[in-house]
Amino acid sequence: MSTTARTVVELIVNNHPGVMSHVTGLFSRRAFNLEGILCGEIGNGTQSKVYLLVNNDDRLEQIVCQLEKLYDVKEVSVRDDYDNTIFTRLHDLVTNAQ
Amino acid sequence: MKLSGAEIIINLLERQGIDTIAGIPGGSNLPLYNALFKSKIIRHILVRQEQAGGFLAQGMARSTGKTAVCFATSGPGAVNLITAIADARLDSVPIVAITGQVAHSLIGTDAFQEVDTYGMTVPITKCNFLVRSAAELLTVIPEAFRIAASGRPGPVLIDVPKDVQLQQIEFNTWPQPGKKEGLAYFDNDALLRAAAMINEAKRPVIYAGGGAMYSGISKEVIKLAEKNGIPATLTLMGLGLMPHDHPLYLGMLGMHGARYTNNIVHESDLLIALGVRFDDRATGKLAEFCPSAKVIHIDIDKSEIGKLRRPEVGITGDLAAVLPVLVDLVGADKREEWVKRVETEKQKYPWSSQNADDGMHPLEIIKEIAAASNDDAIVTTDVGQHQMWVAQGYPVKSPRTLLSSGGLGTMGFGLPAALGAALANPKKQVICFTGDGSILMNIQELATLDEHKLNVKIILFNNGYLGLVRQQQELFFEKNYIASHFKSNPNFTAIAEGFGIEAYQVDSIGDLKTTLPLVMAKDGPALINIYVDHTHNVLPMVPPGAANLQMIGG
Ligand SMILES: Cc1ncc(C[n+]2csc(CCOP(=O)(O)OP(=O)(O)O)c2C)c(N)n1
Repeated sequence: MSTTARTVVELIVNNHPGVMSHVTGLFSRRAFNLEGILCGEIGNGTQSKVYLLVNNDDRLEQIVCQLEKLYDVKEVSVRDDYDNTIFTRLHDLVTNAQ
Repeated sequence: MKLSGAEIIINLLERQGIDTIAGIPGGSNLPLYNALFKSKIIRHILVRQEQAGGFLAQGMARSTGKTAVCFATSGPGAVNLITAIADARLDSVPIVAITGQVAHSLIGTDAFQEVDTYGMTVPITKCNFLVRSAAELLTVIPEAFRIAASGRPGPVLIDVPKDVQLQQIEFNTWPQPGKKEGLAYFDNDALLRAAAMINEAKRPVIYAGGGAMYSGISKEVIKLAEKNGIPATLTLMGLGLMPHDHPLYLGMLGMHGARYTNNIVHESDLLIALGVRFDDRATGKLAEFCPSAKVIHIDIDKSEIGKLRRPEVGITGDLAAVLPVLVDLVGADKREEWVKRVETEKQKYPWSSQNADDGMHPLEIIKEIAAASNDDAIVTTDVGQHQMWVAQGYPVKSPRTLLSSGGLGTMGFGLPAALGAALANPKKQVICFTGDGSILMNIQELATLDEHKLNVKIILFNNGYLGLVRQQQELFFEKNYIASHFKSNPNFTAIAEGFGIEAYQVDSIGDLKTTLPLVMAKDGPALINIYVDHTHNVLPMVPPGAANLQMIGG
């Protein structure tokens, strides 16, 4: 899996059943590419951390702006420093499991 | 105190200052209606279709700026409401929709009248909630009102399962009502740069829209224009920000703007974009929009800045806070040369009203109606040719007096929005311009109109066609008229009378001149059916996808 020109957007979100549909719905409705998602509970379980693997292109700024507007999204940061090989390993896991 | 979820909702709505709710009851929201039965403050307006309830709420919100509320039951009720919510989203209108939902234990079982209202409204609301307990209502209801009105306004939906409406809880204090949060902060350095750019510009143009309207800064827009000699154009959503006869007013821009307006905007070297979103109906082909202009873009929604056109200076902020400072910062200037250039262009392409031999061109009819109606009348439109003619020809005098579905362009908006405007402004006259296609989309609301005897005058441009579709087929689809001609045309005066509404038939300009004073002199509902020649086209026109300079006609 190529990781060039990709970056990771990190979200802190309220942990309730509708949040993922808000986040993924945004990507499909606004025709943004979403290459991978990782999600897990943090703290006492009231919030989750979400990593979104996205293209690092001129639409990134707009993606971030739109994510910031979601009610259940508490924090948005672009993590250029993030080791996105974790997504590569995930990719390996998914393909090897076939 | 111990109250049910339904009682808590009604109480909280009263505390929010809500005095009118539009809706229709059904199985899943009957507890809510039972609680409403006991309210002495809130009157319920029983609409005849939930979509109309949503538009009625919009009519109240658009005309007053205050968040308005509508109710629907689960399943079909909620689904009927969807169009009005999507419409509110695209035009940033603050409404709170409260829908009934099947009981929690039944959610996900395909129960009777169960649909995933929450899931369906994710992309069309500013925010939505599925309430899981009566206690949650104490935070969700005020939150909904805060969100609907703050920042860029928009619709919020609250889905309340029936068991939550019935659940009794014990609690001690009421929460504070949700209020609009001000946004005082903006980037002052950027504003200084903006002011310097304006002072240095040779051919600046103000381009203002719905955001400026909602910020209530019509006076500051005019001041900015007058102080620095800046001509101003408005979008459909901004009409009324500047009086139509102001010397610096350029008219509406874009697809059905005047040719001189689009030419002048094109020539500008600085575009001052205030509460606009560079919609394609306004800009035409974006790559060719104002090619030599720098852009200052001020908007409360950060995501609008740079979304379609990268500005030289972008400022996220509330225009109500930003614009007065900007007015102070810019220098006084007359810009005689630029203003003269605007005049020349105006004279070269005069906005000569397009006349018909029989005096019955819709633009002429609109002038007659404007002259006969009250100065502070509120106008609503449906969608189609008549909407664009009203936008071109009705002398809109002040903000929030022209209500029109801009972003979604929903036929069926006009009549229920007029009812809402009339309910929220009982002293004002409301004029609803509609077409023979659009009115049928919510004609059942004539019953609601008659029930409340509201002062709404319906002006029906009856051309026997889905006119705007016919126009596009004529101009861009080789005159292949399919599905745009009504082969059967109902007797609208008889229909109106059947609903108990006075109706008038107008066949000539003479008829119109004798009928109008009769209709306008007394309060209460009336419908005027005016036959207009279906061959009239809305001109000038930018073909869809073309640049604003490539106008047909005008
Ligand atoms: C709900 C909805 N369906 C379809 C359309 C597409 N449409 C835009 S204008 C129009 C024709 C409107 O006809 P009418 O109300 O008679 O007005 P006219 O153009 O003749 O003035 C249609 C079908 C729309 N805007 N809204």
